[in-house]
Amino acid sequence: MNQGNPSRDGTPGGRWLLGLLLVVAVAYPLLVSSNYAVDVGMFILFTAFLGQSWNIAGGFAGQMSFGHTMFFGMGAYCSAILVVTYGINPWVAWALAIGVGACLGAAVGFLSFRFGLRGSYFALITLAFAEMFRVLADSAAITRGGLGILVPVRQGFDQLQFVDGRTFYYIALGLCLAGLGIAGWLKRSRFGARLEAIRENEDAARALGIHVLKEKIKCLALSGAIGAAGGSFYVQKYLYIDPHLAFSVARSVEMLLVTMIGGAGTVFGPLVGATVLGLLGELTRSLSDAQGLSLVIYGVVLIFIIAFLPNGLISLLQRRSRKAGGRNA
Amino acid sequence: MDFLLNAVVNGLMSGAIYVLVAIGLTLIYGVLHIINFAHGALLMLGMYVVFFLVTRWGLDPYLSLPLVAGAGFAVGYLLYRGVIGRFSHGKDENILLITLGLSIIFENAALFFFSAHTNIIDLDYTDDIFILGEIFIPYTKAVSFAAALVICLVLSLYISRSDLGKAIRAVAKERHGARLVGINVETVYALSYGLGIACLGAAACLLMPSYYVSPTVGHSFVLIAFTIVVLGGMGSFVGALVGGLIIGVAESVSGAFLGEQLGQIAIPIIFILVLLVKPTGLFRGAQ
Repeated sequence: MNQGNPSRDGTPGGRWLLGLLLVVAVAYPLLVSSNYAVDVGMFILFTAFLGQSWNIAGGFAGQMSFGHTMFFGMGAYCSAILVVTYGINPWVAWALAIGVGACLGAAVGFLSFRFGLRGSYFALITLAFAEMFRVLADSAAITRGGLGILVPVRQGFDQLQFVDGRTFYYIALGLCLAGLGIAGWLKRSRFGARLEAIRENEDAARALGIHVLKEKIKCLALSGAIGAAGGSFYVQKYLYIDPHLAFSVARSVEMLLVTMIGGAGTVFGPLVGATVLGLLGELTRSLSDAQGLSLVIYGVVLIFIIAFLPNGLISLLQRRSRKAGGRNA
Repeated sequence: MDFLLNAVVNGLMSGAIYVLVAIGLTLIYGVLHIINFAHGALLMLGMYVVFFLVTRWGLDPYLSLPLVAGAGFAVGYLLYRGVIGRFSHGKDENILLITLGLSIIFENAALFFFSAHTNIIDLDYTDDIFILGEIFIPYTKAVSFAAALVICLVLSLYISRSDLGKAIRAVAKERHGARLVGINVETVYALSYGLGIACLGAAACLLMPSYYVSPTVGHSFVLIAFTIVVLGGMGSFVGALVGGLIIGVAESVSGAFLGEQLGQIAIPIIFILVLLVKPTGLFRGAQ
């Protein structure tokens, strides 16, 4: 489907650029004055982190999912239920939610892949899983049905609630960096190489002695853990979750979109996609208040990317840096 | 007992419309071997067309059926020629993503132009009911049941008898062989896609008198249609027919026993179970 560029950021120029971007990201909330701008930045970083969850399954291993919001929703509900109903500390709940997300990923992976579901069939079964969770969350007592769960306001570091939006921004930045770190590690590790082999040709990978089922389950567990971590963060930031927020098709699609548009199977793809789509969304919102316009544009961008730039926007940057590298050499 | 009987009959009635939605999907899958994720969004557009025909021009939904189905055929043909076939570079994942992109565009364009309101149409016969023993049957559902079955029959006769139908089946079975004997495969793809969307146009006309339309109404039909197609066997007409009726009844019965909310869980659970246990479905597909 796409090949990650092995030369990544090996060039000193690339490293400088990354350092500069990091400095800008750290300084951003101190430079802008409005809380709204900080929130926009936070949301971009957070979306990039969620996109990384999709990227690991759909990009690195080629297991395209249409229901990735199930991990997000599971993490969000775990956190909310543990904190509100059982009075567990939010930090502990966060860690537990990540564990539950990993287990869910492993379970979904085991069920789907053991029966040899591939390609479009896997996309459909994840869609069905997410829908099943939505219906369950809508009718179960523990999730309080359609009313959703409201987390009481108890500000303080130990409660993982902050008055200042900047604190959440920096947590989102940390999450995003962690996601990039995991993806970067995948690019270099043997595990990541095995996943890419499975993506390119599953039968050939099996013939080479790769335990395809085991690798795919591990991959979905990792992906699920990241998605659930995002869900937990969401609950602590917005202090509310309901079945529609947790398990909507729209969020699954958003996780897929940012990754596909940025560049699936690359380390920085989700971040590039989330930044571009986030800014595009802000731009259209400033032009028109009507709902739906920004998503129409996202859909058009998706089709154009698939038609003309199958490796995502990031391949534009890579092409340029390759050219520049060639000139230097 | 009447309670259960009523649920079963009602399920069969809605099942017939599901069959019509699913037959378009299974036709497209059987011939093009792609999953048309834009199916729900296109059905939604069809329903809006019917809605505006009724509210603006007072055209009866049942009378507008040939018109909407014909328009559906044209839209499907052009979509395949202009977007799906052209941009997918022959890769299945790309087609899946492009049809996803189309559904995002259609749904949000509908949201933009028509707002998120839920619309219903009010006809003289909307509330008419006839009673058969202990069973209550809404007039609109009975009409759509009969019409959906007739359309499915006509379509399968057309596919099995006509020249185009033969070409479609030839391409479905062996696309390279079909090309060698002089069939224009790309045209057959576009025509099949058009026929699939024409089914959606017909389904929209039959649905509207007893249903509502909103920009996201397609979502619920996407999962239902995929469940039917997978349950019946991808690409199989008989499978879509049997699967559609089964799903209609399952949905209605589980709704009757588990309640409005939890009853919806029947569809995703059947879907997951079929995919896990027998992903080839009940009947063998056209390929």
